[in-house]
Amino acid sequence: MSKLLVEERQMVVPGQVLAEGMDYLPGDLVLRDKDVLVSQVVGVVGVNGRLIRITPLVGTYVPKAGDIVIGKVVAVGFSGWRIDIGWAFEANLGLKDASSDFIDKGSDLTKYFAVGDYLLTQIVNVASTKIIDVGMKGPGLRKLSPGRIFNVGAMKVPRIIGKQGSMISLIKEYTGCKVSVGQNGTVWLSGDNVENELLAISAIELIEKESYTSGLTERVKTFLEKNKNG
Amino acid sequence: MVDVVKEHMLSILKKGKRSDARGFEDFREIKIEYNISKSAEGSAKVSIGDTEVIAGVKLELTEPFPDTPDEGGIMINVELRPMSSPDFELGPPSHEAIELSRVVDRAIREGHALDFKKLCLKKGESCWMVIIDIYPVNDAGNLFDAAGLAAMAALQETKFPKIEENNVVNYKESSGKKLPLKAMPLCCTVVKIGDYFIVDPDNEEEKEVDAKLVVGILEDGNLCSMQKTGEMGLDANELEKMVDLAIKKTKELRKVLSK
Repeated sequence: MSKLLVEERQMVVPGQVLAEGMDYLPGDLVLRDKDVLVSQVVGVVGVNGRLIRITPLVGTYVPKAGDIVIGKVVAVGFSGWRIDIGWAFEANLGLKDASSDFIDKGSDLTKYFAVGDYLLTQIVNVASTKIIDVGMKGPGLRKLSPGRIFNVGAMKVPRIIGKQGSMISLIKEYTGCKVSVGQNGTVWLSGDNVENELLAISAIELIEKESYTSGLTERVKTFLEKNKNG
Repeated sequence: MVDVVKEHMLSILKKGKRSDARGFEDFREIKIEYNISKSAEGSAKVSIGDTEVIAGVKLELTEPFPDTPDEGGIMINVELRPMSSPDFELGPPSHEAIELSRVVDRAIREGHALDFKKLCLKKGESCWMVIIDIYPVNDAGNLFDAAGLAAMAALQETKFPKIEENNVVNYKESSGKKLPLKAMPLCCTVVKIGDYFIVDPDNEEEKEVDAKLVVGILEDGNLCSMQKTGEMGLDANELEKMVDLAIKKTKELRKVLSK
């Protein structure tokens, strides 16, 4: 007889037994150990019929094709740029993916992107853990203008963005700041004044801290309403 | 190359504010907690905003150095533990740790905070060695001021342990006698970002610093030490402005220390 030992949206720790018996199936980040299912990470349980999966609460960013990330240019080569995207290996931005301009052989690539620039870029291809290609062709992809750069946990990014971008638009609406969040947890933020920027940052910190709770959008809204400037 | 983070910071400074909404000459909240360690002869924990530093003083009975047979000595050691900042790593002391310990050492030594002659018990035979250990618990910027303040706060509280027969030190019992302090030198950091001078830089500001000046200042406003770092130079006028600002701010630090 199979038995489910956890509830939907319960927080679990690595090694915790989630279910007994063979009726339940291991989903994301769940491992089968003989006839029990155990959690591999710290996270929140999701039960979908017989499938048990875990949404992780902490962890590092692992690049995936299609992800929009914020990276920093760390080197300029003959035919492209090296981009630090917060992964163990630097990503490669080739000429082909960087611009639709015709770039002459041997021209000065720093005219486009120089070392130290931050780019909102998209991962085009993950060939292996070491070979990652990023591109600048896509809506909204650009070299970032002056602003604050800071990091949040990569696993909290979906919560910061919210369903169909609801959370992030809430922050933008109340603070008037321009915000870009990369899947890799790097955030770019720029506002008209310091107070609004600090309000946006504390709202993001609030989301990060309470990312595992439900009804967060409402609470963030109340928080922004209460601390609104002017 | 345009540094987007720095450019943004400068645009905020241009409006007369800092990225955390402080004024140019505002310190974060400073707190001092005394006697936090049971095993040290004197100890203190200083926090400036989120920056936290602990300092402990141990006294050791030893032989004086041959060149100064009638004087005791001091030794300052700073360890930047990885727990206090993601930028610190395990291993032998980094350049930053050595710089921090030497700057604090220089302020205390050259400010003549301790009467070394009074630390000598018998000429050429025995004297007290004052060992100050400084550990940042959390680095949120401005470790220099915090470390200098912590070292002086710990020295202020230091009491000699009891000496028993045959010059054996009984660390479990205090003699009740305080360390002979002659002066109270304190470190104050002033940094230059663009054309602006600010005190008490936080982590973000420290990364964008053009020039940094750590000044050791005595009660009467006299200077006892100075350390300049950062890539950009300073002209005489700027140097004077920075020192004046440091002298002004040290008075505030001193008020916290004497509370």
